[in-house]
Amino acid sequence: MDQFDSVVQLLDSNGSVVANSQFTSTLSQSELLGFYRDMVLVRTLDEQATALQRQGELGLWAPLLGQEAAQIGSARAMQKQDFAFSTYREHGVAWCRGVDPVDMLRFWRGTMHQGWDANHYRDYGYQIIIGAHALHATGYAMGAQLAGRVGSGEAEKDQAVMAYFGDGAMSEGDVNEAFVFAASYQAPVVFFCQNNQWAISEPTRRQSRTPLAQRAVGFGIPGIRVDGNDVIACYEVTEHALHRARSGQGPTLIEAVTYRMGAHTTSDDPTKYQLFSDVELWRERDPIKRLKIYLQTKGILSAELETQLAGEASALAQRMRDECRELPDPKPSSMFDHVYADTDINLEKQRAEVEAILIQSMEN
Amino acid sequence: MAQLSIVHAINQGLRRAMDSDSKILLMGEDIGKLGGVFRVTDGLQKDFGEERVIDSPLAESGIVGTAIGLALYGYRPVVEIQFDGFVFPAFDQIVVQLARMRYRSAGALTLPITIRMPYGGGIGSVEHHSESPEAYFAATPGLRVITCADSNDAYWMIQQAIASDDPVIFLEPKRRYWQKGEVNIEANMSDALNMYSAKVLTQGSDCTVIGYGPTVATCLQAARFAADDGVKLEVIDLRSLSPIDMSTLVESVNKTGRAVLVHEAPGTGGIGGELAARLSQACFYKLEAPVMRVTGYDVPYPPSRIEDDYLPDAERILDAVEKSMNY
Repeated sequence: MDQFDSVVQLLDSNGSVVANSQFTSTLSQSELLGFYRDMVLVRTLDEQATALQRQGELGLWAPLLGQEAAQIGSARAMQKQDFAFSTYREHGVAWCRGVDPVDMLRFWRGTMHQGWDANHYRDYGYQIIIGAHALHATGYAMGAQLAGRVGSGEAEKDQAVMAYFGDGAMSEGDVNEAFVFAASYQAPVVFFCQNNQWAISEPTRRQSRTPLAQRAVGFGIPGIRVDGNDVIACYEVTEHALHRARSGQGPTLIEAVTYRMGAHTTSDDPTKYQLFSDVELWRERDPIKRLKIYLQTKGILSAELETQLAGEASALAQRMRDECRELPDPKPSSMFDHVYADTDINLEKQRAEVEAILIQSMEN
Repeated sequence: MAQLSIVHAINQGLRRAMDSDSKILLMGEDIGKLGGVFRVTDGLQKDFGEERVIDSPLAESGIVGTAIGLALYGYRPVVEIQFDGFVFPAFDQIVVQLARMRYRSAGALTLPITIRMPYGGGIGSVEHHSESPEAYFAATPGLRVITCADSNDAYWMIQQAIASDDPVIFLEPKRRYWQKGEVNIEANMSDALNMYSAKVLTQGSDCTVIGYGPTVATCLQAARFAADDGVKLEVIDLRSLSPIDMSTLVESVNKTGRAVLVHEAPGTGGIGGELAARLSQACFYKLEAPVMRVTGYDVPYPPSRIEDDYLPDAERILDAVEKSMNY
């Protein structure tokens, strides 16, 4: 059997532990509970944002429904000093990096192009252009290398970079060029491809005739497929790849096999191209459900904890509703801020023009 | 006559073109089963098959690059770029390869490719979905750049673009996609206005206002407001950004003595600057005031909550008209 026919799975869709020759779970009970909490709250966040878009409070939203385990498992394997480069769907990654959900909404409401300080959270923010950031991630990883932050063996010093993208992005030149650079310089970057089966309406087979992870071989990068709906496997595989990267053993491509249970964005209508039977099949493989069964079976998740989490989720939803509506619109003249490092006389003239128009319209 | 939205008119234009020439292929992301994110190609894959309406991998440079190869083989590809902000991975193929193939091959190689692209803002979307990249293409010798502002033009200009042996960038004003209008679908293509001609929309003696694509409706709105104040604006839909139909513009500006140019793209390096230079030269002795521009500001497209402050509106056009009149 070809190695790419198999998918690393440590917890099956029924919540039973699966033995694997290469990986085993190293997670404590409290860490597993933490992952469960993350996934529940991120799903709440996602559902609430979708609802806010439907109510006209957001211009658009890209749901992560179904991809909670891939995002939480991988991002929780990151260290504080690592850096995440994400697409527009990685709300779960941003969550793990400590970004406030309301700050995530700024982008989708159209009040800011970037709702948080990338350097503060060590999370680059949403990237709309498919695959462009894979090169940025690779360059950042090269920077860590040049700065001597790779292979020192000091736990808090060595850095790695996560580059998130989807199956569609695997076709973009930028992503393939990122593989070339990462392999050439053995940069400490982990390419984490969430294969959610769909690039809007196009199935993964339009992008690739082989498992996506297998592409890595041709670039001289190890490739590995993981069950993207198994949060434990996603954590362990990513942890392994990040460790390799930090210790100077170079890049890895991880293909997390999952399914986009929602629309591409709130503007999309997946009923035009997705099969209902496929969606039902993947509903059975729900990432939250299987961990819940496991935790309940093990007696780790009590009814009391469940109630507590439900309360936390509804409080989060309520806060998002309240604070989203309160997000201030930018001042129109702020469009002239941050175009250049230096003051630009031409722009200042235009800023004055916009301010004059506003005064004029207030007087009328 | 038929009442069609711009989306539907382009769809019908594509359908008619494909019916008449089996060498025409459509290529792009999500254009098949989904019918494109704006549904411009809705139903075409069902009727013409997967070999003529091709859902491509997610790679813009790949789409345009392979379209060039298909055209070399004798096909007539019509490429969809999903959003204006997504065209740049294909920029190299368009500007470096597509634009100059005829020239560098001394006429031996012809690339009759049409690149369709929704452009412009005003739809409340996130970044990279509201760009106006037309000046890059208009500044590239070898490319033709046209844009429609009404359904009839959408229907005919897409067919003219496809029929042209030159590569044509066909810009679709996305915030006007659902604007309806009369389309003369019974006519022949030879009867339709040449795609490189500008079109005078309202006759006026006081000031010429020139827009294209999404700003044409704004210019017409300004003309209605101006008419209430007894000022007669001559609104011209430029339609073609390369080539520019100078004779229509010059005739109008020589008559009114004034010109206001309107576009969403930033002013600096924009089409307005090119028009201003040409009109100043051609109409110097007839001009009563400098040529005025009303454009997007020289900033990246702003967050959508303030896009209305960025986009030229009727008020800003009327301010420019007033400045011109009082000069």
